Amino acid sequence: MSEASAHAAHHTAPTGFIRKYVFSLDHKIIGLQYYALGLVAVVTGMVLSWIMRIHLVWPNSPIPLVQWLSKVGAPGGVVTPEYYLSLMTMHGTLMVFFVLTNAPFAAFGNYFLPIQIGAEDMAFPRFNMMSFWTTFVAFCILISAFFVGDGPPLAGWTAYAPLSAVGKDSGPGEGLGQTLWGLSIFVFCIASLLGSLNFIATTLDLRTKGMTLARMPICTWAWFITSCISLLAFAVLLPACLLLVLDRVGGTSFFIPSGLNVSDHLQPHQGGSPLLWQHLFWFFGHPEVYIAIVPAMGIVSHILINNMRKPLLSHKVIVYCMMAIGFLSYMVWGHHMFLSGMNPFSALVFSFPTLMITIPATIMTLIWLGSLYGSNLRINAASLFCLGFISMFVAGGVSGFFLAQPTIDIYLHATYFVVGHFHMVMGVAAIFGVFAGTYFWFPKMTGRMMNETLGRWHFWLSFIGTYAIFMPFHYLGLAGNVRRYSAFTDDFLVPLVPVHKFITYAALFTGAAQLIFLFNLIYSRFKGPAATANPWECTSLEWSTPSSPPPFDNFGGVHPVVYHDPYQYGVKSSTGDYLMQTSPERAGETP
Amino acid sequence: MRASKPCIALLMATLCPALMFGGTISGKVTYTGTPAKQKAIDMSKEPSCAKQHATPVMTEGVVTGPNNALANVVVYISAGADDANAPAQAVTFTQKGCQYGPHVLAMHTGQELDVLNEDQTSHNIHPLAKVNREWNKSQPPGTPPIKDKWDQPEVIEVKCNIHPWMHGWFVVLKTNHYSITGENGGFSLPNLPPGKYTITAWHEPDGKQTQEVTISGNETKSVDFSFVLKPY
Amino acid sequence: MRGNMGGKIFAVLVIVIALASAVPIVTHTWFGSNISLAPPEDISTHGSEIDKQLDETMLEAGLSFLAAQLVLGVFVWQFGGRKDGVLKNFPGGAKYLVVAALLLVGAEAVALGALGTKAWGSVYFQPASADALQVQAQAGQFAFYFRYAGPDGKFGGIHPEKIDEGNSNFFGLDPENDIPARDDITSGELVIPVNKEIHLMMHAKDVGHSFYVRELRIQQDFVPGLDLSVHFTATKVGKYEIVCTQLCGLGHYNMKAYLNVMSQDDFDKWLKAQSQ
Repeated sequence: MSEASAHAAHHTAPTGFIRKYVFSLDHKIIGLQYYALGLVAVVTGMVLSWIMRIHLVWPNSPIPLVQWLSKVGAPGGVVTPEYYLSLMTMHGTLMVFFVLTNAPFAAFGNYFLPIQIGAEDMAFPRFNMMSFWTTFVAFCILISAFFVGDGPPLAGWTAYAPLSAVGKDSGPGEGLGQTLWGLSIFVFCIASLLGSLNFIATTLDLRTKGMTLARMPICTWAWFITSCISLLAFAVLLPACLLLVLDRVGGTSFFIPSGLNVSDHLQPHQGGSPLLWQHLFWFFGHPEVYIAIVPAMGIVSHILINNMRKPLLSHKVIVYCMMAIGFLSYMVWGHHMFLSGMNPFSALVFSFPTLMITIPATIMTLIWLGSLYGSNLRINAASLFCLGFISMFVAGGVSGFFLAQPTIDIYLHATYFVVGHFHMVMGVAAIFGVFAGTYFWFPKMTGRMMNETLGRWHFWLSFIGTYAIFMPFHYLGLAGNVRRYSAFTDDFLVPLVPVHKFITYAALFTGAAQLIFLFNLIYSRFKGPAATANPWECTSLEWSTPSSPPPFDNFGGVHPVVYHDPYQYGVKSSTGDYLMQTSPERAGETP
Repeated sequence: MRASKPCIALLMATLCPALMFGGTISGKVTYTGTPAKQKAIDMSKEPSCAKQHATPVMTEGVVTGPNNALANVVVYISAGADDANAPAQAVTFTQKGCQYGPHVLAMHTGQELDVLNEDQTSHNIHPLAKVNREWNKSQPPGTPPIKDKWDQPEVIEVKCNIHPWMHGWFVVLKTNHYSITGENGGFSLPNLPPGKYTITAWHEPDGKQTQEVTISGNETKSVDFSFVLKPY
Repeated sequence: MRGNMGGKIFAVLVIVIALASAVPIVTHTWFGSNISLAPPEDISTHGSEIDKQLDETMLEAGLSFLAAQLVLGVFVWQFGGRKDGVLKNFPGGAKYLVVAALLLVGAEAVALGALGTKAWGSVYFQPASADALQVQAQAGQFAFYFRYAGPDGKFGGIHPEKIDEGNSNFFGLDPENDIPARDDITSGELVIPVNKEIHLMMHAKDVGHSFYVRELRIQQDFVPGLDLSVHFTATKVGKYEIVCTQLCGLGHYNMKAYLNVMSQDDFDKWLKAQSQ
């Protein structure tokens, strides 16, 4: 099935503001809507993290403006222990779901996957519109938890039972807010499942003439693989959230055993298992983190190739590695549960595939590094963020190597070492992929260029800043600094506070640096210099559209024909040193 | 000149009503049986509190005094007196040295309750109300007092969510006529107009006894209560 | 900033950052201070294998990290901003890199996996010895309490409905009806004799908690509904902190107890004093 055998449900050009920009069926608008939602979520999540970091080093001091966020949670601006944990829970939930699943995957994938395969839209444009608006509803439900009496949930983005399941007896933050969390994520899962189905159907069925699977750009492959991972993962989280909500409001006992005395309230439940929640959650949760990173790997590969003016040492190996990562991601969930009380033999069973995942990740890293050799690497904001991604992916990846071993996990589990690890891979590397994609695709999405100088400054400050924040987390972990503490009052923690102070300053500095990006994004949208049709001299189909932004059916009524693989760089052609996929020209000799 | 007898009588007649308007019910609360042993409280998890006590603090579930006196018993008029208004004055409950003070606090429905944190650590006071609204509130050190009030009469157990050994009681009453026994076991309910009264003595966790007393004038009626205590 | 300069700046930056990152690992302290950033002294009988594993991994991971950042920096220095140079491929192309990754990582993974199995086994695959001192630990929002069987050597039953924390009945014992419960000793500190194996039976009162003692190189979750236990032997007298590492609610940060390791004599005296 290498020829186009189906077309997107043809829809006519929209008229009117609502049809064009609000309830739009156009995958490009939907992609931008996901991006905008991701932007709102990341700014919110980042502000929450500032409050958290400030509170950790000055726990009894009032923080300006926070008392307006919650009079109960922060009386007089002093964050209470439960409110800190609520902020942390909302930070994690917003970042993992509404930023890292949204931006690299739903936003860029929606915008560019159909174009890169030569389709005029997704296979199911109506489902696509529903996916976004359902995600938006999930976001609203989550945010509403800030405004209920008992406050936002505080059980972490991981929401372990029975803390999250018994209801408000387990303490402040575990009232209505936790139920809203469960409902929000339930709705989010529905949206993600619809989105993934769309991506898969589109990739398999709507490729234009000449666009074989082998000729798809690496980022297209990444989005496709991610949507396959996502389909199974979210399908498990969906019922898990339902069961959690039922335990909370329906009197069931899926996750709650008998005999619990919670804050002087005997719980009527019996027969449930807290470990069941952990299994269901992490069966989703581990693939989820690969859902967060694989699109970034694809985006970075694509942009790096373009800026190196040379393909990677092997396109196939990269794609197979991403597939291997996706496949292995389903076998490792128990490495989050080494100390959970599971049969200790299972720890060894889960440790083995966890260590094995290092192999495709290492292969990819070596290929990226090896491909830099002998290239004509252009340095610009987009390529800098790609290089930063590689650096951060290595830094975050090696710490995973420690945690994969159960014996070492005995010491490092639930310490800042884990927090450092996942922030580096997800919170930095994946986000750097989003930044790279933004600088790179901005001209195509808006017809204008972002400011290059501001982009570079954004990179330098962010690169230094994120290392300054998250490297020290590993040192703290080695000292045994426990995570999810709202204050450091234990004897062994007090001496570590100066390190936390440094991190807080670094976090505020890095946060401020993001203002450069926000300014650049908004200013350039309206006042940026006009972009040419293909400013980066890139080969993939999105750069062959008749306009920037592309017309609503992407190719102006024409069905493009593909003649080449996606990375014809370093070839002699009439356009220079590259050949676009849609160009019928044949490559001359490599210069 | 010596005060004449009629002068003294006149003086007494004018002063005594002012001094002795209303009768008084007073008495002693004692116990029989063997009280449970008080246990030393281990505050080692909160060093900032532990170091405030030269010798460990003892549990307050049963506090006794000499001659089998029983402390922390709330004796109050449960029937026969008109329901008064809540006093304007607030009652204070403090968290100091990781202990509640006083262990038993009585107050009127609608009366303002101020909760203070005088410790270096955060506390999270959690009144386990079943009739009134159950709530809990964190109080980081140095933050202002928590102010609240109760609408319904109820005996409410109070605990700290952060420090499990901290327990106290709010006894919310419809009346202002109450008295809490100290270690001498004594209580006194003055200023009672003539009438038939039911007085109730409550001891934690759920010991309640009542007696009927009639006051006819300005006399002091003596009423004693005795609780049976068990070692477990 | 010309493209050329950007590449050189990135190269220098990434190498400097990588080297700087290594400093606290090598010195075990925060820059220019005496704040210790390493695991504390190991006072357990099984911990040396964990520490060895950690050191091995740090060496391999640390070298890989430095090597990768160095190569990244060198290549970006050489080829960043390069215009119209002759395009070359890394010698050997992808094939050798794939093989290298397979061999390197595969070997490391197998070696560490094998090493780790032995260490893991010594903690988890061996049951507590028959003459280990049995202590029960209960985790509940937000404190740990420990129970010793007392002179009769038997633990009384736990009745969640009888828990009365204000009167120090943390375990919900029923001494009135349950005779073995009468002499049970409850303590807020885990007091143990040195050089004696302890069998710690772990009970969760309400939600999930976890038991973590850095110096003992031990961490284990308390799971409501599961009878879990750990066993260990402490080799050095002293006071150490037990902290909760499983998010359990607002007081999670404040949930700790002291582990008090005493000489056998002192422990016997302490235990006797508790029974009075």
